[in-house]
Amino acid sequence: MTVAPKREDYDVVVIGAGPAGLAAAATSAEAGLSTLLLDENVGPGGQVFRAISSTPVTERNLLGADYWGGADLVKSLGASGAEVIHRATVWSLDRNLDLAVSIGGASAFVKAKRVILATGALERPFPIPGWTLPGVMTAGAAQTMLKSSALVPDGRTVIAGQGPLLWLLAAQILRLGGRIDRILDTTERGNYFAALPHAFAFLTSPYFAKGLSMMREVKAKVQVVSGVTELAASGDGQLASVSYVGGGKRETIPADLLLLHQGVVPNVNLAMSAGVEHRWDDLQLCWSPVLDASGNSSVPGIAIAGDGAGIGGANAAVVRGRIAARAAVESLAPAVAARLPAMATLRADLAKAERGRVFLDTLFRPAPQFRIPSGDTIVCRCEEVTAKDVLDSVAIGATGPNQLKAYRRTGMGPCQGRLCGLTVTELMAQARAKTPQEIGYYRLRAPVKPITLAELASVPKSEADVKAVVRG
Amino acid sequence: MTTNVDAIVIGGGIHGCSTTLHLCLAGLKPVLIEKDYAGRHASGVNAGGVRQLARHIPEIPLSIRSMSIWEKISDLLDDDCSFESHGQVLVAENEDELAVCRARVAELNALGFTHEELIDATELRRLVPAVADTCPGGVVSRRDGAANPAQTTTAFRRKAEQLGATVREGMAAGNIRYGDGLWLVDVGSDTYAAPVLVNAAGAWAGKIAAALGEPVPVETVAPMLMITSRVPHFIDPVVILRGRKLSFKQFKNGTVLIGGGHLATPYQDRNETVLDWKSLAISARTVFELFPIMRGATIVRAWAGIEAKMKDDIPVFGPSSRHKGLYHQFGFSLHGFQLGPGAGAVMAELIVNGGTQTRISDLGIDRFYPATS
Ligand SMILES: Cc1cc2nc3c(=O)[nH]c(=O)nc-3n(C[C@H](O)[C@H](O)[C@H](O)COP(=O)(O)OP(=O)(O)OC[C@H]3O[C@@H](n4cnc5c(N)ncnc54)[C@H](O)[C@@H]3O)c2cc1C
Ligand SMILES: Cc1cc2nc3c(=O)[nH]c(=O)nc-3n(C[C@H](O)[C@H](O)[C@H](O)COP(=O)(O)OP(=O)(O)OC[C@H]3O[C@@H](n4cnc5c(N)ncnc54)[C@H](O)[C@@H]3O)c2cc1C
Repeated sequence: MTVAPKREDYDVVVIGAGPAGLAAAATSAEAGLSTLLLDENVGPGGQVFRAISSTPVTERNLLGADYWGGADLVKSLGASGAEVIHRATVWSLDRNLDLAVSIGGASAFVKAKRVILATGALERPFPIPGWTLPGVMTAGAAQTMLKSSALVPDGRTVIAGQGPLLWLLAAQILRLGGRIDRILDTTERGNYFAALPHAFAFLTSPYFAKGLSMMREVKAKVQVVSGVTELAASGDGQLASVSYVGGGKRETIPADLLLLHQGVVPNVNLAMSAGVEHRWDDLQLCWSPVLDASGNSSVPGIAIAGDGAGIGGANAAVVRGRIAARAAVESLAPAVAARLPAMATLRADLAKAERGRVFLDTLFRPAPQFRIPSGDTIVCRCEEVTAKDVLDSVAIGATGPNQLKAYRRTGMGPCQGRLCGLTVTELMAQARAKTPQEIGYYRLRAPVKPITLAELASVPKSEADVKAVVRG
Repeated sequence: MTTNVDAIVIGGGIHGCSTTLHLCLAGLKPVLIEKDYAGRHASGVNAGGVRQLARHIPEIPLSIRSMSIWEKISDLLDDDCSFESHGQVLVAENEDELAVCRARVAELNALGFTHEELIDATELRRLVPAVADTCPGGVVSRRDGAANPAQTTTAFRRKAEQLGATVREGMAAGNIRYGDGLWLVDVGSDTYAAPVLVNAAGAWAGKIAAALGEPVPVETVAPMLMITSRVPHFIDPVVILRGRKLSFKQFKNGTVLIGGGHLATPYQDRNETVLDWKSLAISARTVFELFPIMRGATIVRAWAGIEAKMKDDIPVFGPSSRHKGLYHQFGFSLHGFQLGPGAGAVMAELIVNGGTQTRISDLGIDRFYPATS
């Protein structure tokens, strides 16, 4: 089943159907703008509300009450008249607001007057020794399996890292009857003090009570080691054990599955490839787009909402989606904008949704040894480049991620640096005693997700053709 | 502060870097000024084609000179630049195209050039087994090949620095002026002074020449390339189509580079290009038709580089027609990578010896000023 966009031009194209994109598309379409929402998942919901319309998990409290809040967003989108296409991967966006999207193996090109990027977050790389072994995966990948297929780990499972999502995932696994042998908490001790001044805002934020009860729920069932300062996975072609240092004590435990997570960072791939200016955020330790109060980026017509604009969580994502859509309505249909909630109201909502964020960001700021690898630890998985390889190149003249390509194939493999980019920037910054801002990032280019040659040629790929050639 | 040097080279592409290196080899102390970083533009992102094949006749001597340096590139740079020589093949897709090939090779032979060889269908199939059965032949230049452009340009830059060149990256050369027998150029708050100035500023060089009173018919273009995921090894030489816009190269690791001259829109002042996917789709379709083995490959990246293209498609190379001590080296019109090593060597000869054995007389800027030449 392939659905191509109905038109070639839209007032507003929204990319990403997470909380931000759902809210943005609904607001824009309700205001009468021709609106197209594109998302690569099979259904709406993004990360938080993944598989909200199709999850096999029916007992509501297993995924938490918040999860089901997504259903309302989906309902209002349905009523809004927006055109929605799923399994639609946007692989190119440029400063002329031309988009290329792959739907069911065929590419379509559309043009927008405004684009709202709501592509969300990606998990931060966690490059410890052994992270590329089979049996080691990210907590997010595990959560995806859990939400869409109700699959939970049943072998010896270790979860390592930090941050609210880590605890959420642990709780979700346990509620669904999954197994967790140990949780290795890598939160730096010093962070508790650093975060203290921001604690009051956090205590009055919606995260507080929820977070606390979730941690309690998990700690009642699983042994938690806090203050973990070293971490390594090992095994011969397959994860066999996890070693760590916690509270000054070194320990090695056998494991079949290691789930890693140390927070999320904005998914900047499309925005950067469109030429949107980004800055290094030294608190969240990631690149964030430079935006005005309505989410408008440095490229006229492109706005960014949700976690792609800087990590703010699901509630903030919804409000940012509404703000960006309202700004689009103001510019394309000013008369209608008056009927929407006032910008001031939305901004107040946003401030409320963002309360407590600084506390979380400070507390869960990942430690340098888990972000910046050394020695033989792999940095670039596609081309198997180690930290030492990168440092050797720096020593003979490589100054930044793009220059590094003249020495090593980092960022030139299938992922094009989408997975190793942050690690390479921070590693080179440390080696050259510069800030990440000074070092810069890979120049990202379309396609932001690989497309087949056949698809680009717009020739439907016949299996028989391909097989005939492989044989011959 | 003003620093005196022997020569100022503007532009850290392969041309500026090669000239800087060859000036060092001749015993001079040059400064190389690059506004971004060496290899940031055309020289670091091109297709890496090291080709004598299908060149304009006026630049063939320079290309042949360059080829002799490419073949010993490790000796010069202590870096192999990933240079490989499996030949370059121009494919004729029908008899009409083959007739054009035949005439071209005859013309070159009459001029005494023998690097291009006419081949029939059998030899074509031997060299490029994957090519469609209907192609009747083509032309091969057997010593041609390909190198890694970023690695090469960086290696030139590094070697020049090792031999004593000053390399200034990250700030543009500005406020270019002449007085008392010296060229003066500002880089931020620093000034460099030298009797020799080389304009190797790529797509930005036309503006510099015009500001110095030598405007030339040059435009900025942005040719596009695509690279695919790895596919099983199926081709050694670089392949160019005679009739359609396509060039094609498989690397050792299996990835395939697809080019051929479709253009993106350049935004030169922002160092940006906007790709034209509808043209890239045409390249994809051509590859799809010609090389069935590629049908399942994925495209992992597409990009474009900012390049100076002359109206007559041959570079501006040699001394200024107006100013003493000024030399031009730009306008390589989509095929200047291969020329880089040789052009630097010849430019250094022009600067140091006042002349060269390599025939470059048709490339001078004075071709645009018939009255003054
Ligand atoms: C792995 C992971 C799991 C998370 N789980 C939770 C959770 O359970 N609870 C919670 O509160 N927060 C969770 N978060 C944090 C979460 O990102 C935010 O709280 C919230 O989802 C942000 O909403 P959003 O609308 O900005 O983005 P998202 O919800 O991430 O939605 C972005 C959407 O854009 C789509 N997309 C991205 N690129 C393209 C493209 N090129 N073409 C088409 N579609 C595209 C994605 O498929 C996705 O559906 C998770 C984050 C990650 C990375
Ligand atoms: C996509 C593509 C594919 C190509 N494929 C091939 C091929 O296969 N084979 C081949 O032979 N050729 C090829 N070419 C052509 C070749 O890349 C160029 O002809 C060659 O690299 C030009 O080198 P250059 O040094 O003159 O220019 P550039 O590499 O552009 O270098 C000029 C430099 O000058 C700098 N500069 C400009 N103004 C200033 C200033 N005021 N101060 C300081 N610095 C300044 C710029 O930043 C730039 O780095 C291709 C080109 C492209 C774009």
